[in-house]
Amino acid sequence: MQLYLPIAEVSVNAFLLLGLGGIVGFLSGMFGVGGGFLITPLLFFIGIPPAVAVATGANQVVASSVSGVLAQMKRKAVDFRMGMVLQAGGMAGSGVGIWVFALLSAAGQVDLFVQLSYVLFLGLVGALMLQESVRSLRRANRPGAKVRRSHVHLWVHRLPLKMKFRASGLYISVLPPMMVGAVVGFLAAIMGVGGGFIMVPAMIYLLGMPTKVVIGTSLFQIIFVTAFTTLLHAVTSQTVDMVLALMLILGGVIGAQMGARVGVRLKAEQLRILLALLVLAVCVKIALDLLLRPADLYSISNLVLP
Amino acid sequence: MIRALTLLLLLAGPASAQNAAAPESIVAGLSQTSVAITADFSGSEILIYGAVKRETAIPDTPLAVIVTVEGPSTALTVRRKDRRFGIWVNTDAVTIDRAPSFYAITTTAPLDAILTDTENLRHRISIPSAIRAVGMSAEAKDAPLFLESLLRIREAQGRYKLKEGQVALTEDTLFRADVELPANLTEGDYRVRIFLTRGGVVVDALERSINVRKAGLERLIFTLAQEQPLIYGLISLALAVAAGWGASAVFRLVRL
Repeated sequence: MQLYLPIAEVSVNAFLLLGLGGIVGFLSGMFGVGGGFLITPLLFFIGIPPAVAVATGANQVVASSVSGVLAQMKRKAVDFRMGMVLQAGGMAGSGVGIWVFALLSAAGQVDLFVQLSYVLFLGLVGALMLQESVRSLRRANRPGAKVRRSHVHLWVHRLPLKMKFRASGLYISVLPPMMVGAVVGFLAAIMGVGGGFIMVPAMIYLLGMPTKVVIGTSLFQIIFVTAFTTLLHAVTSQTVDMVLALMLILGGVIGAQMGARVGVRLKAEQLRILLALLVLAVCVKIALDLLLRPADLYSISNLVLP
Repeated sequence: MIRALTLLLLLAGPASAQNAAAPESIVAGLSQTSVAITADFSGSEILIYGAVKRETAIPDTPLAVIVTVEGPSTALTVRRKDRRFGIWVNTDAVTIDRAPSFYAITTTAPLDAILTDTENLRHRISIPSAIRAVGMSAEAKDAPLFLESLLRIREAQGRYKLKEGQVALTEDTLFRADVELPANLTEGDYRVRIFLTRGGVVVDALERSINVRKAGLERLIFTLAQEQPLIYGLISLALAVAAGWGASAVFRLVRL
């Protein structure tokens, strides 16, 4: 069934959109990532104009994150207080990010910068997670191995302004989470994603939060980041396509629920290995696009948005 | 998909004032003068038909008919990638002042044979002549390559079409042409031009327009997004949150 999208001005198959939304929603519910780093490249691939893809992708992530957070809340796996602290930092970070983005656009080459930061951050995060989770999986499989301390005390834990995060079982300064939030917000604004794939490992390895709480909290924070992005795009460039978003959402919310249920059955280490592999796969794909000779050296872009 | 109900017999008056003295003139109509883009829009076919009106005997030089359909034009940038430090980067770019979003030419015979270069330049009939790129050569050394690529990419997308020999001409008098409009249509006024040539010279021309507009829900959403962007954004968000909550609620009922 073909569907004409009013803002994107292209005609696409409705079931293809439902399927894309479903797959991304499934991964989102399972890993606690918004899925922005998957949905946006996928939309480019099926021929949606980039500006519309970025804005509408953000809207879709709002829906799948809400659905995911509700599923996690039932398991009491959302640390709201931590989410708010991260959010405060995130707002500041994304403000700076949007400013830098405008500077880069004026200088041209913003596409290249976005692609390079994808490769860099996805590669780094993916490799670190893979290495760490493989190691902890091996340790868990070896009987009589030394039990790892739940969290190590680093310089991070000696900062002032300490606060109790009950759901995470942490008593740490608010400064590190705010810094993490700001960095993620900055990158999210530049790369046009929710930032879950950076947030999740940062929470586990930098803040020492238990994996169980990380997913719900990350999703909780992503709702606000992507809602802000959607609104900004809708007002400044009118590139949010409601029909496209609804199709993706319909597939996405169902996928997210199923993903959350599958995620519960998997071990935390297995979950992290799978997420690491996914992140690395996207990284390799983008790196290949940059390294291999493109099929067509020429490309057309509209000066004025549709 | 032809909207069967609108077979308007839009009979044209006997040509325009400047061609009043021409021995031959075009009388033509379109199967539809408006196209409504609805949610299930998957392209449309326009039938352009007409006759040659003449008061004198048929001349000896062969008669030819050219039909063009042109979508709204926009400015474009054509970019080229080059290898820098091992990665492929956009390096050179050329600005095209005006290029139609859609351009289809249908003729009775090969275009070179029925139209001279001067006449083509004057009426801007062929696909390359419909594109305007004035300051192009200043932007890159090999600017014509960029123009060629634009034509090649748009042809591959089905936006630019040249169909020679597809206009049916009966008894040097009646003609008809079918032009397919693709599903990925841009809104706007589509210009339909019909040219009558003899020996490569245009003897008469006629212009009509097809109004392509979004309709129904598509129209509503598009207008809201343009005129009330904040409300539109908030509605989009509300829909997203509602859908997320709804799915969660439904699954809770199903799995308990």
